[in-house]
Amino acid sequence: MTEPKTKTSGDPAERRVSASSAFFAEEGAKTGIIAVASTVIFFGGAALLISRSSNWPNVKDQFFNPENFSESAPDVIDGFWLNIQLFFWAMLIIPLLAMIVAVMRSLRGPAFMPLRLLAVIYTDLFRGIPLYLLIVVLGFGVPALQINGLPTSPAFWGIAALSLSYAAYTAEIYRSGIDAVPESQRSSARALGLTQWQSLRFAVLPQAVRNVVPALMNTVVSLQKDVALVSILGIRDAVREAEIYKTRTFNYTSYIVATLLFLAISIPLTRFVDWYIARDRAERSQSQV
Amino acid sequence: MTSKPGVASKLELDNVHKAFGDKHVLNGINLAIDEHEVVCLIGPSGCGKSTLLRCVDLLDTIDQGDIRLDGDSITARGIDGNAVRRRIGIVFQSYNLFPHMSVLDNVTLGPRRALGMDRSEAEAKAMELLDRFGLADKAQDYPNRISGGQNQRAAIVRALIGDPEILLLDEVTSALDPELVGEVLGVIRDLASRGMTMVLATHEMGFARDVANRVAFLHEGKVLETAPPAELFTNPTEERTKQFLARVIEAGRL
Repeated sequence: MTEPKTKTSGDPAERRVSASSAFFAEEGAKTGIIAVASTVIFFGGAALLISRSSNWPNVKDQFFNPENFSESAPDVIDGFWLNIQLFFWAMLIIPLLAMIVAVMRSLRGPAFMPLRLLAVIYTDLFRGIPLYLLIVVLGFGVPALQINGLPTSPAFWGIAALSLSYAAYTAEIYRSGIDAVPESQRSSARALGLTQWQSLRFAVLPQAVRNVVPALMNTVVSLQKDVALVSILGIRDAVREAEIYKTRTFNYTSYIVATLLFLAISIPLTRFVDWYIARDRAERSQSQV
Repeated sequence: MTSKPGVASKLELDNVHKAFGDKHVLNGINLAIDEHEVVCLIGPSGCGKSTLLRCVDLLDTIDQGDIRLDGDSITARGIDGNAVRRRIGIVFQSYNLFPHMSVLDNVTLGPRRALGMDRSEAEAKAMELLDRFGLADKAQDYPNRISGGQNQRAAIVRALIGDPEILLLDEVTSALDPELVGEVLGVIRDLASRGMTMVLATHEMGFARDVANRVAFLHEGKVLETAPPAELFTNPTEERTKQFLARVIEAGRL
């Protein structure tokens, strides 16, 4: 902080400015050093702690064995392809089903009471059941009924369980978006002579969906991981393949393969969501004329 | 009332009551508006002006009484509210344009979806009206990119494009910056001169005096008195009207 001294002849305000910018530059450098140091200490400490553990060589061999890694990878990757497909189908069904439920719940007037009630029962029920149990009940229970014409494929019921559960949450997200659209928007649509449905469709829903895109995208990230739960049904997805390998070799490295595969999708997805939300926020604050 | 025997008024409100919970907003409104007539509703905030207009456009349901358009009840059971709303235009204080649509799409939504007009026809008609109200170059703009006055003029065009038989205006200049009020009042004056039947809730007393055929003073959900502006503003009969006008003059708004 010697700079201000050499500029004593200058105008006091200018001096204060340069002093403060020097302060911030110095502060910035200091912050950087602290950040790096604390990161090194934290992760270094953790690594040290783990590698110093007396059982680390065993764990390393059990979970991070390069040979097992390359040996199990092809099957686990094959299984992961199935996870992607399940994810894809669920992603098609969930937004549609959720929108239907949300719209049902947003209709007004006594005539729509049964639809509203149905929507409430649906969301209460499927948000109330743990996803794990829902997958087990649908995946094992429904095929066991042996009703003609009902699919028995575990993949089908896996997707059904995921979709039913996630659509219940997503419907609530949509509904919060619908409720956030000012009442006056609905009024002015009705005033144009539009029906209740047209008012929702053209005036309210486009704004509602835009309101909740960030929340929806977080749901997508969460769904991408929960797809792994269908392995309960014996579907040979990544997790199941990893398990099969483990059972055969008593080595857990295959699970690490599966973990890395999920991370390879979810981390870019999460980064994208964060970027999108930040951009959306910036755009919205700009449009406030 | 002004209606001649045997000839129904354009719009008639007959003992209209409306309450929100235990708050009684309209307590027996009686009012008749003739075709081509411009009636201004004045009165203190909360006297029921906005609710009255919303009830006429069936955006709120009345609890009691009757509202008639061309002599036929529009509040009776079994009436198709959408069909009634297509015959009436309403413009709100806060414009309420749809923010996710361009001005042109805002204006054409009603005719296309409610009246089944095809896109090119609706757009041609919209452009003609937008042009008349000096908004032709704003047709592709989104509401948040244009001024409050332009928003409100676009909202008026949106209400007019379906050729309503009657236009309701709910304090349409109250949300505007003072320098933008004039352009919107100019549009309303123009509509009045073309014979548009209008009911305006307004705080612009000078404008009411200027443009209205009759002024109705509302107090606590009732029409206390109705008279041509020259009469009501200079020689009100009701004590409440005198008090209200005295306060308005004090505030420098008349």
